[in-house]
Amino acid sequence: MELFRNTNIDFLGKKWYFLAFSLIFSVAGLLSIFFWHGIPFGVDFKGGTLVYVKFADTPKLEQIRAAMDRAGLKDPKIQRYGEAANNEVLVALEQRETSEAALDQGKNTIIHALESTEQARAGKQDLNNTGPSSIQQYLLSKDPMHLGIDAAAKYLAIAQQIDDFRNKQHGGVLKSVGELKGVAPAEVVAAMEQDFYTSNFAVRNVEIVGPQVGGQLRKQALWATLYSLGGMLVYLWFRFELIYGVGAVVACFHDTIITIGFFSLLNKDITLTVIAAILTLIGYSMNDTIVVYDRIRENIKLLRREALADVVNKSINQTLSRTILTSGLTFLTVLSLYVFGGEVLRGFSLALVIGILIGTYSSIAVAAPMLVAYQEWRSHKMGRATLPAAASAAREKIKAKA
Amino acid sequence: MTKNLTAKVLIIIAVLIFFLFGIFGIPKSFTPAGLLASLQERIHLGLDLKGGTHLILQVQVNDAINADSDRAIERLKDDLKAKNIAYAEITKPNPQQNPELISIKGIPSESIGEFRSLVADRLPDYDLASGPENSFTLTMKPSIVKDTKTKAQQQAIETIRNRIDQLGVSEPVIQEHGLGDYQILVQLPGVDDPARVKEIMQSTAMLEIRQAIGGPYTSEQEAMQANGGILPANAVLMKGKNIGATGQQNSDQYWIISRASAVSGSDLRTADAGRDENGRPDVKFTLTGEGGRRFAAFTGAHVGERLAVVLDNKVMEVATIQEQIHDEGRITGSFTEQQTQDLSLTLRSGALPAGIKYLEERTVGPSLGADSIRAGVRAALVGMIAVMVFMLFYYKFAGINADLGLFLNLVILLGFLGFSGATLTLPGIAGVILTIGMGVDSNVLIFERIREELRHGKTPPQAVDQGFKHAWVTIVDTHVTTIVSAIILFLFGTGPVRGFAVTLSFGLAANLFTSVFVSRVIFDAILNRHQRGEALSI
Repeated sequence: MELFRNTNIDFLGKKWYFLAFSLIFSVAGLLSIFFWHGIPFGVDFKGGTLVYVKFADTPKLEQIRAAMDRAGLKDPKIQRYGEAANNEVLVALEQRETSEAALDQGKNTIIHALESTEQARAGKQDLNNTGPSSIQQYLLSKDPMHLGIDAAAKYLAIAQQIDDFRNKQHGGVLKSVGELKGVAPAEVVAAMEQDFYTSNFAVRNVEIVGPQVGGQLRKQALWATLYSLGGMLVYLWFRFELIYGVGAVVACFHDTIITIGFFSLLNKDITLTVIAAILTLIGYSMNDTIVVYDRIRENIKLLRREALADVVNKSINQTLSRTILTSGLTFLTVLSLYVFGGEVLRGFSLALVIGILIGTYSSIAVAAPMLVAYQEWRSHKMGRATLPAAASAAREKIKAKA
Repeated sequence: MTKNLTAKVLIIIAVLIFFLFGIFGIPKSFTPAGLLASLQERIHLGLDLKGGTHLILQVQVNDAINADSDRAIERLKDDLKAKNIAYAEITKPNPQQNPELISIKGIPSESIGEFRSLVADRLPDYDLASGPENSFTLTMKPSIVKDTKTKAQQQAIETIRNRIDQLGVSEPVIQEHGLGDYQILVQLPGVDDPARVKEIMQSTAMLEIRQAIGGPYTSEQEAMQANGGILPANAVLMKGKNIGATGQQNSDQYWIISRASAVSGSDLRTADAGRDENGRPDVKFTLTGEGGRRFAAFTGAHVGERLAVVLDNKVMEVATIQEQIHDEGRITGSFTEQQTQDLSLTLRSGALPAGIKYLEERTVGPSLGADSIRAGVRAALVGMIAVMVFMLFYYKFAGINADLGLFLNLVILLGFLGFSGATLTLPGIAGVILTIGMGVDSNVLIFERIREELRHGKTPPQAVDQGFKHAWVTIVDTHVTTIVSAIILFLFGTGPVRGFAVTLSFGLAANLFTSVFVSRVIFDAILNRHQRGEALSI
């Protein structure tokens, strides 16, 4: 089977459409960055407190909001998170609510506020928010099974079982202590029914980032992105010629701007993993560009008489099936990651999904036409019309080895 | 022409077995459950997958500089006194921002020469600069400042590690973090309520035994009045809990305590939680040989006077010295049992050289980790099957070649994780998934080139040969660019993101072997049985 056999599309003839398309997306993104949502930095970069809570049944956001108000938290962001069936809620506090002196104060206030929505159960511990070591401590002090010397180890094993049962089979929230019957020994369950209750929520995940770390990471992320682009420029300069490197880096920069612009337009948080995805894209979207450039260089030597625009067109067409297939296959896996990879990686995989599409487009519609534009500019200015195509010594060496 | 491929096939089988061993070790049984158990033993999961707490804290290194310059001031005052050199005052103008600066005022003109040689002799770590009106500034040498700060960070790491080890957290990570801001990364797998651990880590636990000169007083004013408004030389006013009868434990008391300590935390040999004769929780400690000698000398010289047990600049206990004590003592106070256990633990692990501040705290509950693993594995399987089916469909027989390569690629990647002890994080799983997608790219590049060569009328062996030769350069280029960005990511990223960079770079490196070497061997094996003129299934 073959797709795209012997295509003969005049890509360069459509350069104005490409330019318009790229401009619309970059400008829309930039407008959103500067005038609308800004760069929607996540908690990693701007600091703040995030508490992810899972409820036993459909969470009542109004009730949660009221509890947070009573606790004196200034307009926390409260929203549903993930699939509706998971009953999860994200409570987020801004940086100013996260004090340097007591970093976890906001988290504690949130948890206490949630506890306050529960009916008071004097003196009892909440099974859904108790870790295995606390359960072990409790069992040791109660000793319901009258164990002798290795009580600590045995109770730890039981505590671990309870923890596993709760987390792996019930997603972290049990509805009653009685559910433990059959999981833990009867004496243990009987004792725990006396001293534990089950609240209707469990804290799944907490992220607290102080302002200092956030600022530092922002700087690091910016540098890493610039280093990455710089690294690509140098590598392509070394392997091809400077103008090829410039073309590829402009295309990459274009991809990065559009991807970040998309996040701004959608107002999706840019977290550390999103930056990781963008850095990966800088490396990956270089691949298609290299495939096209490689062919352009080969064809410039073969087809000396033809105009550069024709050579570039021919090269894009010859490698079109490669470009589409490689990107398409990677896109398949990334799409699978986006659909099935879970909520934690959603931002990361979204960046990859957008980035791979844009990256493939830009290697055809930005990187290759850049070479033609450069040559036209040169010939206009200096009356010379050659694009450096001489294979550098490095390339010959690699070829010889292969 | 047939090629002898035996050696190459043997290499491939050896690599396969080697990395399978990396994944599973020598499994106890070959049932699915047994294999899964050995897999879990070999491949370490990151905090985001197994649950736990991740903390970033910063050592307040200026504390250590301040301690050093305080000692320098004490020494300088003593020396000036010994040499009868007068001075107006010795202070630190800005201990918060510039703890390394000491300013000295009012040295008489005739003593300046002597003063200079004294400083040069006794405080070699400081540079002396003179200012107007016989004032001087001592500045700690920059190299010493840097050294002291680095040492403070390292000592803090050691101390925190000691404390966490004694808490029984399994496989904790405690290491330097960030780029020179004296930050420490602490990862505590399985700890989902970090409050107690944080408290234990943060307590500086500076234990000292000093002489109690006066007190108790109910307020600072009372203490000053009792001494005519001036503290005795070499003494400080310190706060302490009321240690009298129970019931009023929470009111503060003030004591006048000697500035110098008889023994300090570093003289401790052991510290254990126990109970006193009244059944109240206390901490008993013994001193080292050297500390014991100093303590004996001190208690011998001050029989009938009082000593104070000072913890973190708070008076914990004051007792009258009945007789000379050699190397044992105890701290009582209004402690709960948990507190005495934590206190003895922090005492045993030594004092933190400087305070610490928490910068970041992340807790992943184990239920979330389990969900993430499930989602990650599902995404990987779906992605892999989609890619494999497409390759079979599109390249027919050659698709099997690509799929075998892909499979081996994953085995090598997972085996590497098993061997290296690198942790697998959720982004790491994403890296594995991306490796699948990017890995077949190399096959596509090669296969497309072979098809092109075939179209140009080359025979299958020639086409395969040319296809590999031409695609090789491009494959190297594409791998280099992706790995370069992964390396930059590794340098800049932390924790989970690093896991991603590791799996992606290693997956792509392994891909060079599988998509070029292995795939070529398979093609050659097919071509060996190939009849002249028969078409190649690609």
